[in-house]
Amino acid sequence: MRGSLNITSATADPALLDLPWDQPLDDWSNEYIAALPKGISRHLVRFAHLSGRVVAIKETTEVMAKGEYEMLRTLQRLEVPCVEPVAVVSNRTDPEGDLLAPALVTRHLRFSLPYRALFSQTLRPETATRLVDALAVLLVRLHIIGFFWGDVSLSNTLFRRDAGAFAAYLVDAETGQLYSGGLSNGQRENDLEIARVNIAGELMDLEAGGKVADELDPIRISNGIVDAYRSLWTELTGSESFSSSERWRINERVDRLNALGFDIDELAIRTTDEGSTVRIQPKVVDAGHHQRRLLRLTGLDAEENQARRLLNDLDSYSASYGKSDLDEEMVAHEWQARVFEPVVRAIPVELRGKLEPAEVFHQLLEHRWYLAQNAGHDIPLAEAVTSYINDILRHRRDEATMIDPPTGTFTVPIDVIDDPETEPDADWRLTV
Amino acid sequence: MASVTFDKATRLYPGGTRPAVDQLDLQVADGEFLVLVGPSGCGKSTSLRMLAGLEEVNEGNIFIGERNVTDVPPKDRDIAMVFQNYALYPHMTVAENMGFALKIAGVGKDERAARVLEAAKLLDLEPYLGRKPKALSGGQRQRVAMGRAIVRQPQVFLMDEPLSNLDAKLRVQTRTQIASLQRRLGVTTVYVTHDQTEALTMGDRIAVLKDGILQQVGTPRDLYESPNNVFVAGFIGSPAMNLFAADVVDGGIRFGTATVPVERQALDSASGKSVTVGVRPEDITVSTTAGEGLQVDVDLVEELGADGYLYGHSTIEGKRTDIVARVDGRIHPNAGEKVYLTPTPGHVHVFDSESGERIIHAAIAH
Repeated sequence: MRGSLNITSATADPALLDLPWDQPLDDWSNEYIAALPKGISRHLVRFAHLSGRVVAIKETTEVMAKGEYEMLRTLQRLEVPCVEPVAVVSNRTDPEGDLLAPALVTRHLRFSLPYRALFSQTLRPETATRLVDALAVLLVRLHIIGFFWGDVSLSNTLFRRDAGAFAAYLVDAETGQLYSGGLSNGQRENDLEIARVNIAGELMDLEAGGKVADELDPIRISNGIVDAYRSLWTELTGSESFSSSERWRINERVDRLNALGFDIDELAIRTTDEGSTVRIQPKVVDAGHHQRRLLRLTGLDAEENQARRLLNDLDSYSASYGKSDLDEEMVAHEWQARVFEPVVRAIPVELRGKLEPAEVFHQLLEHRWYLAQNAGHDIPLAEAVTSYINDILRHRRDEATMIDPPTGTFTVPIDVIDDPETEPDADWRLTV
Repeated sequence: MASVTFDKATRLYPGGTRPAVDQLDLQVADGEFLVLVGPSGCGKSTSLRMLAGLEEVNEGNIFIGERNVTDVPPKDRDIAMVFQNYALYPHMTVAENMGFALKIAGVGKDERAARVLEAAKLLDLEPYLGRKPKALSGGQRQRVAMGRAIVRQPQVFLMDEPLSNLDAKLRVQTRTQIASLQRRLGVTTVYVTHDQTEALTMGDRIAVLKDGILQQVGTPRDLYESPNNVFVAGFIGSPAMNLFAADVVDGGIRFGTATVPVERQALDSASGKSVTVGVRPEDITVSTTAGEGLQVDVDLVEELGADGYLYGHSTIEGKRTDIVARVDGRIHPNAGEKVYLTPTPGHVHVFDSESGERIIHAAIAH
């Protein structure tokens, strides 16, 4: 009954045809399924193996699958961090000829983790705050390009480690819409309110499951997204006025945005009051200031904070070896060959699935700093590398494609579990 | 609870030449269930988003009750977007799932428990309040999601195509539940759909939009029995009303070889000699014997049990015109036969062929 199967895909991986599309996703056997942790989802989502990579498969309606596929492709073109759409599979029928739900296939991001997999025992407030901060950056970036998300939550986001912070990726674009004329304040406020309520709900859920540290206050943490969002939004889009004698403030604004990881592609500068006052407002800003500089100098593709960390190390290499006057590209090439690559090569093959190279390098620098603090003197790089590999990296779990027991998720409202007697009725008044 | 008023509300997108919503004048009474319906791009979702505060209102105003909310942020409008992708949290009880947003809003514990209990009673969820969502059926989970909106006790519920991602069976079930729940709660509700069946079965009144312009507002019966114009006539009802050109003659309107009596006086206001005639499939008499009426070649008869629909075509003014008529589900003509159709007297809708507007304003005669 495969004759009429319909696959829309830009990449056209023939291995797609080998997946058992004639069975409901729920019934796929372990031979195909990869056990990965996931967030809370309305539709049935499972992970499967495809050509040596892991893909996420979501059963949904055809209109929604196609809409989300196109939306994710558009977001990718706009360089927004999001999962990669692979295909829409429709016209699925089972051996009896009955129609099965169409499916959206997206590629699992290597080294990306759902928030529920980012802590081992309990979630600490610092980690939760970093997650919320990462989500605020993503939301600002989406709003800048005119994308109204409609379902902002930790569950709809994947996180990659980023030099002590996190980088957030959009996973679920089902409810999203792009507005070419930009978003209204009402739309932005609505997304922010949805985010605040969803994050609080997700943290309260972890709390109910005994998975947050005692001192974590879900409401306070979730309110944090509002502040983080607003201050970044104001910095990126707000206008400021100053006397024309203070023109250095233009450079200062540019530097501040660079430090936040953004470049200004277009800045509106207006003079008023017969030229005595200058008013500036960034018109087009672009995330990835450090990422782009690192890529240009070394060809390395890293997250924003990782890139900042690597560039700092490059700068201090340049300074400590008296190479500040040399051509930047040449010094970068030398740093890469003498510092970065030896570290990456030193990682035993069997440990390479633990973390991304750039994250390893960041952690190594941290480790070296702690060693030096304890020893009271500088630690040679080679010594720090050995110590880091044996004392730290070896004991971490693999995060390239994390295999973990599935988290307690279920779908609303597609599947029906008619088993209301499984739990004794507790007094709900105690918990509401 | 409150009424909702769109007062010449207009939304023009930046760079757009034509407003997405053009001078919308619409009043929704306190406690009323109003459905906004129309084809995609008609402005129905934009109208709802204007009411929600998600779209700027470029001209005009929007009121909730006596309060002008045109410039009020969404979260301060006292509205609830129902089914806005509510997740259910697996470790929280049904009661917690329904009440946690109140906790965030700073509502006290006793008040939370009271509101959750009240909503649970309405939704028949009281026995399940202490359970976790995984022990609920799909329909019960859906009701928990509704409960989340109800406990907030908003002035207005807004629903934007809430059933579009459900399968057909659950869609029909949920449709009925939403409609009956809304009547029990008595909360003013604005509901957007592209599906005219949903509109007819759920709404107290229906507002039909096209190209950003309100075409007609009325009860389902108003819209079905006296559509204001050709667009509403063709949009409301399934199978759709038959619409075709007909000549004005002495004593009425030419319908094939038959003349259908229509008040001459009414036809005087037609701008031409020809009018557009509309006849619903159930208002047609089918005869297999040659006689008066419009001759139609039968293409297909769809049997639906007691009833059936005859799909055929005729040539009107040199153009092939498709026609649908309701027939008996058991005894009916078959494909390939010729039949003669006449409309039931008094059940003919007449529209100006240029403006598309209804010519005879009274509801159809009986």
